[in-house]
Amino acid sequence: MTKSELILRIGELNPHLYQRDVERIVSTIFEEITTALARGDRVELRGFGAFSVKRREARVGRNPRTGASVSVARKSIPFFKTGKQLRDRLNGK
Amino acid sequence: MSEHTVTRAELSEAVYQEVGLSRNESADLVESILKEVTDALARGETVKISSFGSFMVRQKGERIGRNPKTGQEVPIRPRRVLVFRASHVLKSRVNDGIGKAAP
Repeated sequence: MTKSELILRIGELNPHLYQRDVERIVSTIFEEITTALARGDRVELRGFGAFSVKRREARVGRNPRTGASVSVARKSIPFFKTGKQLRDRLNGK
Repeated sequence: MSEHTVTRAELSEAVYQEVGLSRNESADLVESILKEVTDALARGETVKISSFGSFMVRQKGERIGRNPKTGQEVPIRPRRVLVFRASHVLKSRVNDGIGKAAP
């Protein structure tokens, strides 16, 4: 399923809404999650999962081809942990 | 860093602010979107949200694990797990720190 298929589906379930509003609703949700993570906040959606930001310290890495040392700057990466209910759903429980 | 946890309530509030629907209907829409994503994943589909990321279902084979407390070997049944891969857009927004407004 893609984002546009999700929008179509939500539109079908809500025939009283304009398609462009459905588009805005879906985009707003993912945009809110993104902005929260960019602030360093966690997003917890019980039953679905939790998004958080993990920090990676600066380290000395290596170019695997040449073996030369390169310094890798410290960075933050988005992380998702599946919620219990969703994990159970995936396994037919 | 001030760490705050965003929940469904805030997502619904954002939808409420953005579109002229009632708070109740906004909350129902948030729920319904999460449900559609969950249902697709339960069917084994990959869910790709452009400029956000993709959720993929991976099949894991059976393996022998150990109870860390007793050291006893226990089989871990084959199972399906969910993997989230953040898009480049999300990764770079998270790295740039400050939450930027949508383009």
